[in-house]
Amino acid sequence: MALSGMRGLSVFISDVRNCQNKEQERLRVDKELGNIRTKFKNEKGLSPYEKKKYVWKMLYIYMLGYDVDFGHMETVSLISAPKYPEKQVGYIVTSCLLNENHDFLRLAINTVRNDIVGRNETFQCLALTMIGNIGGREFAESLAPDVQRLLMSSSCRPLVRKKAALCLLRLYRKNPDVVNVDGWSDQMAQLLDERDLGVLTSAMSLLVALVSNNHDAYWSCIPKCTRILERLARNQDVPQEYTYYGIPSPWLQVKTMRALQYFPAIEDPNTRRSLFEVLQRILMGTDVVKNVNKNNASHAVLFEALALVMHLDAEKEMMSQCVALLGKFIAVREPNIRYLGLENMARMLMVTDMQDIIKRHQAQIITSLKDPDISIRRRALDLLYGMCDVSNAKDIVEELLQYLSTSDFAMREELSLKVAILAEKFAPDLSWYVDVILQLIDKAGDFVSDDIWFRVVQFVTNNEDLQPYAALKAKEYLDKPAIHETMVKVSAYLLGEFGHLLARRPGCSAKELFSLIHDKLPTVSPPAISILLSSYAKILMHTQPPDPELQNQIWAVFRKYESCIDAEIQQRAIEYLALSRKGAALMDILAEMPKFPERQSSLIKKAEDAETDTAEKSAIKLRAQQQTSNALVVTDQQPLNGTSPVGPLSIVKVPSMSSDMDAGDHGLTQSNGSLSEMGQHATTPDLLGDLLGPVAIEAPPSASVQSEQNFVSDQEVSSSVVDVLALAPAEELTSAVQPIGNIAERFQNLCLKDSGVLYEDPYIQIGIKAEWRMHHGRLILFLGNKNTSPLVSVLALILSPAHLKMELSLVPEIIPPRAQVQCPLEVVNIRPSRDVAVLDFSYKFATSLVNVKLRLPAVLNKFLQPASVSMEEFFNQWRSLSGPPLKLQEVVRGVRPMTLLEMANLFTNYRLTVLPGLDPNPNNLAACTTFCSESTRAMLCLVRIETDPADRSQLRMTIASGDPMLTFELKEFIKELLVAILMTSPAPAPTPPPATELAIPAAASTDPGAMLAGLL
Amino acid sequence: MIRFILLQNRQGKTRLAKYYVPLEDSEKHRVEYEVHRLVVNRDPKFTNFVEFRTHKVIYRRYAGLFFSMCVDITDNELAYLECIHLFVEILDHFFSNVCELDLVFNFHKVYLILDEFILAGELQETSKKAIIERMGELEKLE
Repeated sequence: MALSGMRGLSVFISDVRNCQNKEQERLRVDKELGNIRTKFKNEKGLSPYEKKKYVWKMLYIYMLGYDVDFGHMETVSLISAPKYPEKQVGYIVTSCLLNENHDFLRLAINTVRNDIVGRNETFQCLALTMIGNIGGREFAESLAPDVQRLLMSSSCRPLVRKKAALCLLRLYRKNPDVVNVDGWSDQMAQLLDERDLGVLTSAMSLLVALVSNNHDAYWSCIPKCTRILERLARNQDVPQEYTYYGIPSPWLQVKTMRALQYFPAIEDPNTRRSLFEVLQRILMGTDVVKNVNKNNASHAVLFEALALVMHLDAEKEMMSQCVALLGKFIAVREPNIRYLGLENMARMLMVTDMQDIIKRHQAQIITSLKDPDISIRRRALDLLYGMCDVSNAKDIVEELLQYLSTSDFAMREELSLKVAILAEKFAPDLSWYVDVILQLIDKAGDFVSDDIWFRVVQFVTNNEDLQPYAALKAKEYLDKPAIHETMVKVSAYLLGEFGHLLARRPGCSAKELFSLIHDKLPTVSPPAISILLSSYAKILMHTQPPDPELQNQIWAVFRKYESCIDAEIQQRAIEYLALSRKGAALMDILAEMPKFPERQSSLIKKAEDAETDTAEKSAIKLRAQQQTSNALVVTDQQPLNGTSPVGPLSIVKVPSMSSDMDAGDHGLTQSNGSLSEMGQHATTPDLLGDLLGPVAIEAPPSASVQSEQNFVSDQEVSSSVVDVLALAPAEELTSAVQPIGNIAERFQNLCLKDSGVLYEDPYIQIGIKAEWRMHHGRLILFLGNKNTSPLVSVLALILSPAHLKMELSLVPEIIPPRAQVQCPLEVVNIRPSRDVAVLDFSYKFATSLVNVKLRLPAVLNKFLQPASVSMEEFFNQWRSLSGPPLKLQEVVRGVRPMTLLEMANLFTNYRLTVLPGLDPNPNNLAACTTFCSESTRAMLCLVRIETDPADRSQLRMTIASGDPMLTFELKEFIKELLVAILMTSPAPAPTPPPATELAIPAAASTDPGAMLAGLL
Repeated sequence: MIRFILLQNRQGKTRLAKYYVPLEDSEKHRVEYEVHRLVVNRDPKFTNFVEFRTHKVIYRRYAGLFFSMCVDITDNELAYLECIHLFVEILDHFFSNVCELDLVFNFHKVYLILDEFILAGELQETSKKAIIERMGELEKLE
């Protein structure tokens, strides 16, 4: 038998173990506690060894689950013992017995600090360990600088530094202010050069915490993390002791990839390439092996790699590879891998538009819903919930309903909520929705919260077509012998409100309905009785002319409850009785409930607010917040800027308010900027006037415009001003309906991407999916009605500039509740131009008319195709296009400062192929692309940018192509990108004074850059 | 981040409990009770992951002992699962063929080893050699 090395302790442990039962054990423990208490009272007589022994005993007793409510002082005081053995016990037991909120801990701060700044390495380690495990805010404030110093010290052993790194992490979590970003980010980057893998592992955890809060300061860590990953993945310079079953520290690999997921994008092409090489290697090179540990470790790395690939928005190929892998995983027998396959597939849904591929696995996923392991069932449920959309809602919801009857009690509430949400979100028709909810209540009444049945009542009240159907269904359920109380409530309510609509059907007379409902009364609780009384009153009201017999029956019920002990029931009974004697007045008071105002479903909100508690924010959620959703399904998204969805009051809008609001907005822009004429332009009633006006107004006019939005709108203003020729449309709203998210940002995103949301407000979401081939384009507009009532007077007009031929297929005038319609839009590009097409979209909801003018992302770069040419071809072409107007040169000032790499990346994003190495001067950049239009056909364009490393704010660019108009337009297009593209840049670039509209030749002749080009 | 680590036997006796988040004593006892109930009856053919309140427990059974780690929902499950195994390998190495009794009588050593392995709820050192060597250094000081 192994012994503790302390005889007294071993004896005590043996004694406890030998106890026959719990009672004996308690006696033995109580005896020992009494003993320790006496010993501690006469502390003077205790030797350090004895003290140590008693404190260990206390910990053992505590671990067995007994309360130890004394001796904390003695334990903490051991921390200040001069010798290691006592000090060690003091530190370890303190960090087990106490937590950061204990007052005793405060007493130790000074000693702990002395140990940290002192010379004794062992003491340093003990102190760092305790703070790392239980240190609180106070420790953070007083000790963080010392801990930081140890971490960066060159004289400390790795042993101390790795503890310091994690200790600092703890302090940072307790108080993020202790890590001063300015000074720290360089040191953090320096830490990543560490060779010792222990220190690096700890430092990487620290980095993950830092970047999860604020990645901006840590860009310089990206290449370093990539290098670490390369080092591990290639197994270069990894000591044997850090490989685990042949895998170079899987934990460090996982942590490093986790850190990278907090950066929104990895722009440097070289880093990106290296990273993708590593990831590709992991994706391809992970095989299933026999050894469990090796298998787990390699799959830990693989799953993290999958997450990183999803985050980086890899090329389609790599993404499909990921989906294929996940598809394989969700079908394997090994439960852990299957679990993770399901979990990661659900994550994939959140970030990519791979829905269609994932849907192919639906049957397999449903199988996992029936797995014996609840962990797997939960994952399958989450995934099914996430992948559900209009196309598969019926199948999935029916599957879930079926599963409800056999599922564990632990899951039923969640399951019910999810079924209710899916039915509401994706109902192909509303009667189906009613069916689902009633079935849900029937099968799992105990688990259906009030929210769920309130919601179905709202739907039915707001949709007249649905009312007879719902009433009939309610009657059918009431016909059943034993039904859940919630079913009684909802059925009684529905029949009270809408039962009269069934009057002509057999068995549905008011009397029959009343007795049907009344039969259930003895079985239900007081809250339900209140609802039944209301139903009776309603039935009475609907029975015209009054039926004396029914009246007497119902009055008898009211009289019976006039003296009910439940105040609510009593009040209702008395009031209804009095009211029902008033004859005509009754009709007014008990008339049908008016329609409910549209509001965000409380259910969906409930699901969104689901509590999560993690040390670091989830990378995937952060990303979802940063990006506008790619999904084209109609979802009730919370507005990003935090303004609440339109409340019931703002729906009812007085038309005159609109102009007031607009005026307010103009005033606001005026006070912010210098452009006094924009207000006039924007208010011109003539639409073309709007379109041709020099300025765009982006931010929605509203009394609660947030400062952030102003800022964006300002920038948008200045960016359009730069371009004197751009026909920037005004995006103004004629009503108080506020868009969700920033329209300008959404447009910018869509200029780069081919699918996403163009516009969203509380009622509608407009998504776009586009395909481009040569000079043709096909856009599909997805118009999704988010409400339970139809959108009417839907009108979509395309205002296309002269260079685009656009044809929009028929847009229906009415979008049914919860439906999404798809409208294809064909585009043909006739000639090069930077003008932008506008969608003038309007609809009516209740009393408000919403009209928005949205720029469509059929922009110049969509007709570009990356081209690759050899150096020789490039130079031949370059020489043959000798000067203006085919080759234009311009010196551009006020360029947004960016490195050449960033610029190259920008170009790549806009489909210009950067040709590295083509220009011998490293400060220059050459690129080419093919532009397609009807007039030019596919035409090669060449670009050369010369930068001055001493002054990044200016550069000279030369553009060449076989068509003068193309050369000019492309030049202006690129200029716009370079001058003010990124809206994230803190200060808008200085802009040249806006000239009014100029014809192209005029611009060329007054432009100094163009004149320079003439000298060529 | 690891919220807590528990080492329990089949009867639910706690052999090691380490909390990296501040919990009151009564809460700790409830957690230990619930986690034990959660893992003890799970079929060995099931996953090693199970949801626990707003977190998840990654657990592994060695003979009659359950090693459980409670981590964040977003954490990498397999990495923590192997973290448990690495800990067991370290214990095995240190006690040369570890058994439950070693852990009972030398619980204070187990805490020491754990402090060299995990700190602030994060992995600190993954080299078995480094940890064993460090334990050697510390034993000399006693």
